[in-house]
Amino acid sequence: MLLYALRRLLLALPILLGITFVSFIVIHLAPGDPVAVTGDPDAPLTKEAREALIKEYGLDQPLPVQYWRWVSRLVRLDFGRSFSPDGRPVLEKIAERLPITLLLNVIEMLIIVAFAVPIGVLSATRQYSLFDKVTTVFVFVGFATPDFWLALLLIILFAVQLGWLPPSGLRDPNAEYLSFWTQRFDFVKHLVMPIAVATFGGLAGMSRYMRQSMLEVVRQDYVQSARAKGLSEGVVIGKHALRNAMLPIVTILGLSLPGLIGGSVIVEYIFAIPGMGQLMVQAVFERDYPVIMGNLVIVAALTLVANLFADVAYGLVDPRIRVGRRRR
Amino acid sequence: MRTSGWLLDTLASVALVALVLGGCGSEASVGMDTPRAAADAKPAHGDTLIEASFSNVSGLIPNITSDSASHRVGNHLYTGLITRDGDLKIIPDLAESWEFSRDCLHLTFHLRKNVKWHDGQPFTADDVLFTYRTMIDPRTPTAYRDDFLAVRNIEAPDPYTVRVDYAQAQAKALASWEFWMLPKHLLEPWAKQGKLREAPQNRSAPVGTGAYRFKEWKPGEKLVMTANRDFYMGRPYISRIVVRVIPSQATIFLELKARGVDYTETMTALQYTRQTSYPAFRKSLNKYSYPSNGYTYLGFNLRDPRFRDRRVRLAFAHAINKRELIDGVRQGLAREASGPFKPGTWAFNPDVQPVPYDPARAKLLLAQAGWVDHDGNGIVEKDGHPFRFEILTNQGNEERRRVAEIIQAELKDIGVAAEIRVIEWASLLKEYIKKRRFEALVLGWGVGSDPDQTSVWHSSQMGPDQLNHIGYDNPVVDELLERGRSSCHEAERAPIYHRLHEVLAEDQPLVFLYWGESLPAVASRVHGIVPTTNGILYNFEKWFVPKELQRFTSG
Repeated sequence: MLLYALRRLLLALPILLGITFVSFIVIHLAPGDPVAVTGDPDAPLTKEAREALIKEYGLDQPLPVQYWRWVSRLVRLDFGRSFSPDGRPVLEKIAERLPITLLLNVIEMLIIVAFAVPIGVLSATRQYSLFDKVTTVFVFVGFATPDFWLALLLIILFAVQLGWLPPSGLRDPNAEYLSFWTQRFDFVKHLVMPIAVATFGGLAGMSRYMRQSMLEVVRQDYVQSARAKGLSEGVVIGKHALRNAMLPIVTILGLSLPGLIGGSVIVEYIFAIPGMGQLMVQAVFERDYPVIMGNLVIVAALTLVANLFADVAYGLVDPRIRVGRRRR
Repeated sequence: MRTSGWLLDTLASVALVALVLGGCGSEASVGMDTPRAAADAKPAHGDTLIEASFSNVSGLIPNITSDSASHRVGNHLYTGLITRDGDLKIIPDLAESWEFSRDCLHLTFHLRKNVKWHDGQPFTADDVLFTYRTMIDPRTPTAYRDDFLAVRNIEAPDPYTVRVDYAQAQAKALASWEFWMLPKHLLEPWAKQGKLREAPQNRSAPVGTGAYRFKEWKPGEKLVMTANRDFYMGRPYISRIVVRVIPSQATIFLELKARGVDYTETMTALQYTRQTSYPAFRKSLNKYSYPSNGYTYLGFNLRDPRFRDRRVRLAFAHAINKRELIDGVRQGLAREASGPFKPGTWAFNPDVQPVPYDPARAKLLLAQAGWVDHDGNGIVEKDGHPFRFEILTNQGNEERRRVAEIIQAELKDIGVAAEIRVIEWASLLKEYIKKRRFEALVLGWGVGSDPDQTSVWHSSQMGPDQLNHIGYDNPVVDELLERGRSSCHEAERAPIYHRLHEVLAEDQPLVFLYWGESLPAVASRVHGIVPTTNGILYNFEKWFVPKELQRFTSG
């Protein structure tokens, strides 16, 4: 198992390099350049200032040279400096945005799993029951509801009309004058709506997968034989069926791991949350290459790691995979 | 006031530079929608004002940034030698007085004594010289170098006197000293290496002479400033400013309603007219309106022979119903543009009328130019070529897209087929505007603290990185521009700009559409706001919240 993981890890390196290469080319092919966007159109940079900036950014070099420089710095974990006027290191910018995005997404994922699994199981075992029908409706509503619309409605109801929750942001603007526990409580209040909105759509999808997967499993012969053995329905479903039905869910969860750091652009935009999504969008509009590339590399690396985890987790959940590997 | 002439002031934060125009503000419509008796309230220190900003602050040394958020914050932290009052008149700031020689070549500033930087060091003429040298240094990444390049010699005979000589008379000479002064004792080593961006003063510890001191910056989230008790013009009343970054205008509006935000620079026209007219809103918020510093236009690539014909441009101008356009996209909150000078300022010529809506005349003009619909398919032709062209505009600005759509419909009525393409800003700039690969544009121009618009209209400004991208070449205009910029006396310059206004209106190098209104909202507990042509922020230090209405005890 360990050897297998190691081999996969080594194989991931050239893939990672390939990803950086492709994304580097694609980004530099996009029209517009960072220096053109710097400044406002009514007061453009003078020719000398523009040339100085281009030189400082290294954009005067041919693309292969730029790529080589960037990769060789990357190997030393130097992601470079942002092109925006604050000129801060990319890692610093990402580090400042990452915690909140991670926090939101991890909570979101936990909630989704915690609710989607029981909902899926219940609606599968009671197929076509009232519960199943209600959840089906809920799922389609969930799929069809645009995030931004739901978010605005929630703000209008809970923040403007009822005044229970703050409309946006992460902390009260006067948070530093509040007591320690009030600050914590205030922070939690700020998270309620963004998490609710982010969870709603995801929950719908995930519970549907769970239902589908469970429906397939309960029709299998071994479930029949478990029932025939006289096992209680709880044990049949909870022990025998559920574990098998979880397999596709594990795959989906594994694939959504890199999304954990991506951040939801819409939720961050509406709720004014300074997370990774906003950082990335702004960087793209400003053609802030170092920030875009830094972000991409981290996401790519995480995707590869997540795939690896998903494979390992498969082995844990599904004995057949472990056996099959030994034979090979 | 801190509403300096250098602000980038736009909704999408890309389009218009709001260099505030000079002159008197008598004519412009300036208003407060919810007048209340503020005269009896007693000014008091204290309270926090929470401001919403669409965009993130990009750096804390405003001289090297060019976004409106950074400039707004910069205006609280830094000051210049001079500033402008509500009527846009130049008044003393760091300089308590100045003399300008009659020939506009020699300018002497007498600096205010006892001004201290936020770190306690005295502000002296050395700092002025340092700021000047930094601005003209080619390694300084600033977009605002031009005005300083006109200086021939600058010297400080004593710590409180600065003498500036110009080689030629410069209209903007005095106004350019409105620019933010930088502390020499802290920034000199960084400026010398051309690394101003990396200075701690740009990221975490800015030191200025302004009414507010920097306290905290959480990029993307908020920036906090506190009142400078030692401010040389007197301690400001509002004790603390929190600038919150909220990218969505819809969210800002809801935050206003939920009292999570006290001030927003501008609401949408729809919010202003339809969504704020109920008692609860009026009770907790005041809304204001004043003319913005930019106009929206339909511009042509004048290298295209079709648009080089003045009759065609004039036909388009007659075909567009500006009133309807304004009602359609701005709920009526804009004024029809007759030219490129801001209404109500001294350069504006009130005798020039906007081109009236007259589709019949438009058709006639087109026919005179040879464009006639021979085959009856609804599109006019000339030499067998139907009149089709493409209008480009930038993504992220709903208003401009709708302007383009209305123009498209109106041009169809006179037999011209226009297509619309919306392009992301960076691409539009680099691939289309700079390369002159466009037929027509719907965009906006900002206007400066000075009516000199040489960079936009002069035939010498057609280079790839210059602003006369429409390729306008008119010797009469060139000459007027040159004369207008070579005097520093308003009385001499005004007739020149009035004539220029006439010429541009007759020639319609582009169709001047409208000047939008800025529509800010401020919490009603804040008193002392007097809207003028110069907006509302110019007297921010005089804003106050009466003791009994203060919400936050902090500060």
